[in-house]
Amino acid sequence: MSRFNDSNVTLAKEIIGRFPRAKSAVIPLLHLAQEQDGYVTRDAMSHIAELVNVTTSEVYGTATFYEMFKFEPIGKYCVNVCTNIACQLVGGWELLEHAEEKLGIKAGSTTDDGLFTIEDVECIAACTEAPAIQVNYRYRYKVTAENLDQLIDDLRAGRLADEIPPHGTLARVRQNTTEAWANTGIEAQAKVDAG
Amino acid sequence: MSENTTANYSLGGQVPTGPKILTSRWESADGHTYDGYVRTGGYTALRKALTTMSPAQVHDEVKASEMQGRGGAGFPAGTKWGFLPADVHPRYLVINGDESEPGTYKDRLLMEKDPHQLIEGIIIACYAFGAAQAFLYVRGEMALAQERLAQALNDAYANNLVGKRICGTDFSVDITLTWGAGAYIVGEETALIESLEGERGMPRLKPPFFPASKGLYMQPTIVNNVETLSNLPYIVNQGGTTFKDLGGATSSGMRIFAVSGHVNKPGVFEVPNGITTFRMLFEAPEYCGGVRVNRKVKAFIPGGASAMWFFDEHLDLPLDKPTVDQAGSMLGSGAIVVMDETTDMVKACWRVVRFFARESCGKCTPCREGTTWLERILHRILTGNGRREDLDLLFEVSESISPGLAWPPRQTTICPLGPSAVSPIASAVNRFRNEFEHYIEHGRAIAGVEYVPMHAGSSHGAHAHV
Repeated sequence: MSRFNDSNVTLAKEIIGRFPRAKSAVIPLLHLAQEQDGYVTRDAMSHIAELVNVTTSEVYGTATFYEMFKFEPIGKYCVNVCTNIACQLVGGWELLEHAEEKLGIKAGSTTDDGLFTIEDVECIAACTEAPAIQVNYRYRYKVTAENLDQLIDDLRAGRLADEIPPHGTLARVRQNTTEAWANTGIEAQAKVDAG
Repeated sequence: MSENTTANYSLGGQVPTGPKILTSRWESADGHTYDGYVRTGGYTALRKALTTMSPAQVHDEVKASEMQGRGGAGFPAGTKWGFLPADVHPRYLVINGDESEPGTYKDRLLMEKDPHQLIEGIIIACYAFGAAQAFLYVRGEMALAQERLAQALNDAYANNLVGKRICGTDFSVDITLTWGAGAYIVGEETALIESLEGERGMPRLKPPFFPASKGLYMQPTIVNNVETLSNLPYIVNQGGTTFKDLGGATSSGMRIFAVSGHVNKPGVFEVPNGITTFRMLFEAPEYCGGVRVNRKVKAFIPGGASAMWFFDEHLDLPLDKPTVDQAGSMLGSGAIVVMDETTDMVKACWRVVRFFARESCGKCTPCREGTTWLERILHRILTGNGRREDLDLLFEVSESISPGLAWPPRQTTICPLGPSAVSPIASAVNRFRNEFEHYIEHGRAIAGVEYVPMHAGSSHGAHAHV
């Protein structure tokens, strides 16, 4: 799969409807594409371009600015180790090196079985819980070499499947556009845009 | 407490205390739920504002509170709202939840642990200045905050607190929840607006247009920080002057600070604004409980990675915006990072500079090229390949980004990211020049600091996709 499936087309149109201008939905739709396929495919970007009425290169231009969007398959679990100042001061680099040894790969690469990617990331806003990591953007605080090993083993054995969805899925609750939606901003902006 | 954590507090030996107005539900298991919020007084301020106050009266309370924005610049929120041009509609509220400044850790907790407090604050603000729609932009990496806010918004909509005819009044407004995808610079308000329009997150040149006159879709737009808006329910319920009196003469209200690094109990603390000193935060048992293993503070960052560093002579300063500004740094986003006497200052300096080099959006040449060069020079010093002329070169490049290396910084760039990369260099090289020279001469840190050889693959240039 790479273009949106039918249910995601419905969802995409609903998301577009929450913004006064369709192009504002580009980043949310890129996330939706990444949730569907684990990464952002070229076909998905073309489909997004059709849905918001811009060119594929405009979507690509936006997408490539943002570090979370991946344009080729990465691990099912993306292990992001923070090495920024607060984590560096209490062992962030040593933790990254340990993760690299444990998985046998360097930061920025993926294990051969496609399960794990390691990234050396900037501050993830958990500075008082340093050293901190995220797996698919779910936090682990005050991480030691031992509990990193345990985490990797648990992920590999599928023991954390309920807590940590595969790479690409962020919030598992979506905003509903219910009958209470007022449409005030969208109507007002449409009047301005119509001159 | 051991001997050298028994501080002689500069303000009468008392650690000032105040009510928890922002963090009151953080310890509660269901504080993030609709039921938990309503049970503890939630949404009473919204009903009060919508049914008993005019928009102007709400704005007046916010002005009376003298609340300084909590996103970093510290501009008074009530004054900012006043910049909206009269009678130009639609106008928008954009909520900046893109917390990414290294060391900063409070907006995420406010969104995860008390999302309804933020939503209530958003609707109060929309009512006060007549916003047609609000856009809640959360950092992409914060999955739990996104989940909690989505649930909270669905519950608030279902209970007639957002959307059509809120609380049965004539006032209607929507909140669109959205999030970024990994870019520090999007925390800058015009870059955030670009991102919300579906573009690369590059800051806009200003002047001529500031967001209050031409922002999102070139309409009047207010960009407020999560913590700023989370204060509004209290201000409406208790009054602006009550809020103001919680803090000091020149910094009102309560404020959240995250203290990380080499302290015994790193933590996120809500303290009376403008009164508490750095020493109190670091040493008092109810806060950080002293520097680890009774070492001394060598340096600390008082307001996020962009700030100039402070040293032991600054410990007794109060966390008060004008005082810290005058001392040559900033409180920024409430991020304090403590480095003890064993810290390798060259490595600390390099790591902060690497952050800015990696996050430069690439729009302005002095920043795109300059931050990358600074990082490479520091990296070669750290890996034993430094040259005698490197320290002068660091300052030469820094001068090209921020002429005069003054504070507040002058800049040759559209936004402050480039000049921020100069802060750690101006701070660390000026104060600890001997440590840099030792690296250049001997290829390693001076005696007494914890020397750990560099991680091999750690040098990074500008943004990967530029």
